[in-house]
Amino acid sequence: MTGTNPGIIPAESGVATDMDRAAHSSAPGGLVKSVVELDRVVIRLAGDSGDGMQLTGGRFTSETATFGNDLSTLPNFPAEIRAPTGTLPGVSSFQLHFADHDIMTPGDAPDVLVVMNPAALKANLVDLPGGGLLIADSDEFTPRNLAKVGYAANPLEDGSLDRWQLVSVPLTSMTTDALADSGLGKKEAERSKNMFTLGLLSWMYHRPTEGTIRFLERQFRRKPQIAAANIAAFRAGFNYGETTEAFAVSYEVKPAPMAPGKYRHISGNQALAYGIVAAGQRSGLPVFLGAYPITPASDILHELSRHKSFGVRTFQAEDEIAGIGAALGASFGGALGVTTTSGPGVALKAETIGLAVMTELPLLIVDVQRGGPSTGLPTKTEQSDLLQALFGRNGEAPVPVIAPRSPADCFDATLEATRIALTYRTPVILLSDGYLANGAEPWSIPAVDELPDLRVEFATAPNGSAEDGTEGQFLPYLRDPETLARPWAVPGTAGLQHRIGGLEKADKTGNISYDSANHDFMTRTRQAKIDGIAASIPATEVDDPDGDATVAVIGWGSTYGPIGAACRRIRASGRSIAQVHLRHLNPLPADLGQILARYDRVVCPEMNLGQLALLLRAKYLIDVHSHTQVRGLPFRAAELAAVLQDVIDSTGPTPTAAPLEAASNGAVL
Amino acid sequence: MTASPHVHDLGMPDVTTISGAIDASVAASGPKQTELKAKDLKTDQEVRWCPGCGDYVILNAVQSFLPSLGIAREDMVIVSGIGCSSRFPYYMNTYGMHSIHGRAPAIATGLAASRPDLSVWVVTGDGDALSIGGNHLIHTLRRNVNLTILLFNNRIYGLTKGQYSPTSEVGKVTKSTPMGSLDHPFNPVSLALGADATFVGRAMDSDRKGLTDVLRQAAEHQGTSLVEIYQNCNIFNDGAFELLKDPTTGPMWTIPLVHGEPLVFGPGGASCVVRDDFGGLRIAETNQVDASQIVVHDARREDPSYAFALSRLSSQDLRYTPMGVFRKVAKPSYDRMMADQLEDAAAQEPADLDALLAGNDSWTVTS
Ligand SMILES: Cc1ncc(C[n+]2csc(CCOP(=O)(O)OP(=O)(O)O)c2C)c(N)n1
Ligand code: SF4
Ligand SMILES: [Mg+2]
Repeated sequence: MTGTNPGIIPAESGVATDMDRAAHSSAPGGLVKSVVELDRVVIRLAGDSGDGMQLTGGRFTSETATFGNDLSTLPNFPAEIRAPTGTLPGVSSFQLHFADHDIMTPGDAPDVLVVMNPAALKANLVDLPGGGLLIADSDEFTPRNLAKVGYAANPLEDGSLDRWQLVSVPLTSMTTDALADSGLGKKEAERSKNMFTLGLLSWMYHRPTEGTIRFLERQFRRKPQIAAANIAAFRAGFNYGETTEAFAVSYEVKPAPMAPGKYRHISGNQALAYGIVAAGQRSGLPVFLGAYPITPASDILHELSRHKSFGVRTFQAEDEIAGIGAALGASFGGALGVTTTSGPGVALKAETIGLAVMTELPLLIVDVQRGGPSTGLPTKTEQSDLLQALFGRNGEAPVPVIAPRSPADCFDATLEATRIALTYRTPVILLSDGYLANGAEPWSIPAVDELPDLRVEFATAPNGSAEDGTEGQFLPYLRDPETLARPWAVPGTAGLQHRIGGLEKADKTGNISYDSANHDFMTRTRQAKIDGIAASIPATEVDDPDGDATVAVIGWGSTYGPIGAACRRIRASGRSIAQVHLRHLNPLPADLGQILARYDRVVCPEMNLGQLALLLRAKYLIDVHSHTQVRGLPFRAAELAAVLQDVIDSTGPTPTAAPLEAASNGAVL
Repeated sequence: MTASPHVHDLGMPDVTTISGAIDASVAASGPKQTELKAKDLKTDQEVRWCPGCGDYVILNAVQSFLPSLGIAREDMVIVSGIGCSSRFPYYMNTYGMHSIHGRAPAIATGLAASRPDLSVWVVTGDGDALSIGGNHLIHTLRRNVNLTILLFNNRIYGLTKGQYSPTSEVGKVTKSTPMGSLDHPFNPVSLALGADATFVGRAMDSDRKGLTDVLRQAAEHQGTSLVEIYQNCNIFNDGAFELLKDPTTGPMWTIPLVHGEPLVFGPGGASCVVRDDFGGLRIAETNQVDASQIVVHDARREDPSYAFALSRLSSQDLRYTPMGVFRKVAKPSYDRMMADQLEDAAAQEPADLDALLAGNDSWTVTS
């Protein structure tokens, strides 16, 4: 380990081939294999969309999680379900970073690249640093497949891959050989090559295998022959690793120290769906989800559809507008109304969000952002709906906006969004994104009875008197003096019949009012209600371990990991930096303006063209340095660190700081 | 909810699956008053339709008829879209939502699906339901959520001051079509039947008895009921239904639909409905056909083609307009099936949030 050497970055960027601690083991057949201990590894599996790379990656992640490493994943797949086989547009990949310590990102670049065909090689080789391990399925490097992606010669044989440690393995034929007696046809048997590969990797990285075997048994419960074949292929891959001379070394990455507790690994969409189930349980309200399928949000609909026993109703609507309309109707009836979508869906829901603002009913709107505008990049990540979430409606229609920072944080952020919706009787937008949705990480499983208490009180009795003095009236727009929330009286409650709607409401009575003073008052009151939420959110956390930073970096949402990793690099180079990460984007924390004013420079990296930066500039008159990127992928920590270093060094150089480049080995984070 | 003999027909489940919190607040608000008078359903809001508007008579008819259902006011919810007709909820002392243009069926679907204990009504106009909200209408009908849709068809956009609507006759001269409209209109009944609606009826605003009869059957139907109500807009499309109201032409052109009765109409029963050679229906002179050829109305036919053929007897000038219930067939309602799935799921696997969060692949870190 090199972490103690100043100027060279420890932890997350540790060099991946630490031969000092190599041990040796004897495999059956007398082969002596060495075991090398690593502190972290980034593996990328790449293949055709039909090769099952996402499933394989998911299983490897599960094994890794069960083993106890910290981890972070980055699935990356095309929008087409099956682009033509073997072509570049059809390449699907899954990157997993796992370590014996706490990590924040799926890694800038892989240490190990597994390619199932020439297209996968062509699409991914640029990311593999020189010296990296490259495992290729030689069976798929046929003249035809090579020609499809424009290789004139077979790169596995022409020496063009000499910069890397190439291991070419006939994965497909070894799989079919292993399944010769399975009774499956050749084509069918070939489909298990991903499990053979997983078996090989499981051997290479000392992963526990029971979970995968159990998974395959569960998955193919109704097709025992397929289950058996996949398990056989998986075992064959593992045994191949153990006996072959092609791989002389296996690697060990020790479990990461984690606080005591029960853990699992979880993706953002799953955590978000569980957050919704938990919100229903903790509020005591039935959940009603109205949704229309859209990438990358559909998995939330799928997941929630499986939890009917929790009283969760899921409604696949005819369109986005009906999805939110039905959710709002359910909220009117006393349910926790939820709608889940991505950016284009939010655009369609805008008018109904306005109605929810006007009727002041709780409603949770989940936007799993993807590349835009229009249909954009459906399977790629972006943060470009922030301004749409904040302002994308007619009229003055303030809506609280919350953003989770990591896959597991989607759970807590959902509970927080629900708290605000229920307490303040307002629609709330939860801004996740494609990276959080599909990425996974370990999650410390919370105890249900320690989750926030979200119970609400419905109105059950009249609360005022009419203008003519008649007592015993129900005033649906009489507000709670503290929260400015209006009472929630659900149909079925005797004596509280009332009418709400999109026309301007008279204060207190909620009757239609065209009065200009009333409109001015109500507009300001609705705004004040949302602004007032700031009083209920915790003070902003500033992460500045050295305490002397003059530059702050501020982000929101899924950039937390890359920004955090970049800050670690900056600090490891002897510089100081303060990190602020926003969960509440509307209202912003009350102390934020003061905090930002303390720094000479404020840098704001975003996966859009500077939407939060625009907001901070407008709101706090601070000259925010906006750093942006919209490549459909998360920031690379190394690149962000370079940007931050430039800002720091131009703001007031710290003489003792080492140049950041010294620490970059290209294969870090 | 127990006072009325009609209650059992309303498709209200005996055991509701609503959550404890809702149950508790409903119970806390006191006993249900199910014996109502029309005036109990009025609000203190001034009714703001133009004097003479057909909406008034419909409002009166609804207020007079609803008490006979024996449902407490608080258990009724009226959801509307935007348009003159959609102001309706403000005048009804029930729960209500005046929502946004075209979306009432979607909003009502969420409410009815999550609260099967309520009687949910939608009030909408021809523009609201068939133009901007056409998609929600057809999908609501095919799903068969338990709600009753009152479609006020005045064949014009009233609230926006007189543009032609999706039910206006071709050639309609309005502010937006000075040389006459070009688009072919929808027949709302045909459209609903095309979406396999389980209950479709039609009534005239001024015909209190006929309207009440259709409304009652619609309310009692479990599933989505669509009632098209011809409504006169005396400001922008006055007299649109005059030929059906006129004492001379009305009886000649109106085909009253009575389940189990032969389709004979006109002065002295001069006209009737018979089958044509292509599986459809046509109008004939009663004295020219054998009595056995005359179609006996059967609103309960599973196959909607018969009801559809009935709806096709009308032309754009309303000649031969069947009035009454076209179709009324029993089919499980969406909300009920949804509640059943929830109950089945709960019976199979008790809700254990701790177990859900832990999943199948958890691990424990000790110290
Ligand atoms: C999104 C949106 N677009 C347009 C309008 C304007 N608008 C209000 S009512 C209406 C037409 C109403 O016609 P109809 O449904 O037939 O109701 P009527 O007034 O005739 O009862 C229109 C176009 C609106 N309120 N909202
Ligand atoms: S414009 Fe027509 S429909 Fe609207 S209130 Fe006046 S008469 Fe009635
Ligand atoms: Mg109209």
